[in-house]
Amino acid sequence: MISGSSLAKRKVIVGYSTRVEQSDAAIAVRGLVKKYAKAKTNAVDGVSFEVSGGEIFGLLGPNGAGKTTTIGVLTTAIVPTEGSASIMSVDVMRDPISVKQRIAVVPQQSNLDRSLKVREILTFHAAYHSVPRKVREALADKLLDELGLGDRKNEKVSRYSGGMAQRLMIARALMHEPDVLFLDEPTNNLDPQSRLFLWERIHEMNARGLTILLTTHDMDEADKLCHRIAVMDHGKILVNDTPEGLKKLIPGGTVLEVRAFVGEQGEHAGDALSAALNAIPGVTKVEMVDEKSEAADDTGTLSFRVYGEAVNALIGPAAQAVFSSGAQVRDLSVKQPSLEEVFIFLTGRHLR
Amino acid sequence: MGDIESGQSRTLLACNAFLAILRRDVRVTAREFVPFLLQALMQPLFFLFIFGKVLPGIGLAAGNFAALMLPGIVALTGMIAAMQGVTLPLVLDLGFAREIDDRLLSPLPVWWVALEKVMFGAIRGVIASSVIFPLGWLILGNGFAVRDDRIPILIGMVILTGCVGSTIGLLMGTVIKPDQISLMFTLIFTPLLFTGCTYYPWGALSNIRWFQVLTLLNPLTYAAEGLRYSMVPPIGGHNFSTLGIGWILLLLGISVVTMFVLGTRTFLRRVVT
Repeated sequence: MISGSSLAKRKVIVGYSTRVEQSDAAIAVRGLVKKYAKAKTNAVDGVSFEVSGGEIFGLLGPNGAGKTTTIGVLTTAIVPTEGSASIMSVDVMRDPISVKQRIAVVPQQSNLDRSLKVREILTFHAAYHSVPRKVREALADKLLDELGLGDRKNEKVSRYSGGMAQRLMIARALMHEPDVLFLDEPTNNLDPQSRLFLWERIHEMNARGLTILLTTHDMDEADKLCHRIAVMDHGKILVNDTPEGLKKLIPGGTVLEVRAFVGEQGEHAGDALSAALNAIPGVTKVEMVDEKSEAADDTGTLSFRVYGEAVNALIGPAAQAVFSSGAQVRDLSVKQPSLEEVFIFLTGRHLR
Repeated sequence: MGDIESGQSRTLLACNAFLAILRRDVRVTAREFVPFLLQALMQPLFFLFIFGKVLPGIGLAAGNFAALMLPGIVALTGMIAAMQGVTLPLVLDLGFAREIDDRLLSPLPVWWVALEKVMFGAIRGVIASSVIFPLGWLILGNGFAVRDDRIPILIGMVILTGCVGSTIGLLMGTVIKPDQISLMFTLIFTPLLFTGCTYYPWGALSNIRWFQVLTLLNPLTYAAEGLRYSMVPPIGGHNFSTLGIGWILLLLGISVVTMFVLGTRTFLRRVVT
């Protein structure tokens, strides 16, 4: 599962003078398991990955996949049931203080200090991290200007919009010049404009050398931002590769999407149709897509994704297969691979 | 920040963070100092006036009642101010606002965040208690009487009272859920208020023995009695009789430590899963 970092292992003195075998990765997670009390299944179930310094790494997966729990462990808020994690070679469980000095977290929801004025939020955050007064005063003004908040720095956050609060949380995260930045679903509640602005910032921060781990369930976002992506589902990492590498997982690189009207026959027809498509020579895999969210007039319509080496040549046989199964073709289209296709290929369902 | 911090610099980081967090609380309270004082002092102001001035004035209370009640008011005010300074912000923070996250992510042991809350609450308590003295002097006039030969114990008692209040506040703040807040305040504050020997000296309860024993469960009783010990002037050459000061200090100390340990435990359970 681990790719991209062929870094030499070395011995480092950590914490209480104990020698621990660590790697040079900015983030290293090994065999991580988290089971919450009262939960039946593991929220994180044996996750391992490494992120090299200067990388933008994405944890991609549906809600409840274990992304936020993984971040929680890496940011010292959650104690894992099993496994280990380190940031910049510092063990997260053994030396949380040193870890906290090196990381910054931008959470899903605003946790800005509403008792302070905007500029104070930044300067106090820096003071918590021992940044000298002159440095933090100057840095706060600089970041507020950069993020377009300079003229509203003496207000309280209660007057800020969601997008502004998000920008302020990013400014806050940068105040103590961390090595690793965690962004938990950073663009979840943002309008398109703020989203673009944020994407630019993320690239910019990364260009300055910051290692970034972000979680998202937005394929497009992961594709545009990340150097490497780990797809998570049910607490496990399914694949971990570059966006291009992930897309190559689809045999032949393209997908034939078939939509067929089966009328009242329902599920049963689906299985028959699936088998008929599978029987076409050259087809390697057929996936029936669960599309409950579709409009009501689509009742009786089923969607399939047909994978094969030469998808274009399958259009005719596929139409024939649908027809001979007693159904009607509604749509046949060849799709370029997107991460969405990759996810459906891996899990058989839509992400959202 | 390239290299691993040594133990020493890690301690320095943690101390810096602790002081900065304390400074943050001071800044926020200083900005709202007048509302804070009003909140802390409105009730004692009226108590002093009615019980110390009006009741003795119309002959319903003895003349020295004011001198016995003033220490009770100092204790109650300090304790409530300290509790409120910790409980309310904690309930809201841990419940949904999560504004405390930024401090939990600071480079210091998580339990130090609880320690800071307690220290700050105690400071609030000490300020509120201290303001009662000039206030009492103004309202009670001739009735204001405080002995001046036990000032060090008085100072110690005021600080200890603040600590008792803020550690109880820590436990309450970490146990209470936001939707229970008004109910819990009624269930906890009202009994605390009336069984704490605030408005009557403990020794005078000897006729109602069961109640006298009951009041010993309330830390406020010891705070009020300790302040009586250090404040009430001798009458006719005799010191006013209170609970033994040694017991008072011991039991208040035990209360502070127990509440802090319990409160920190629930605090940790709420912030680290």
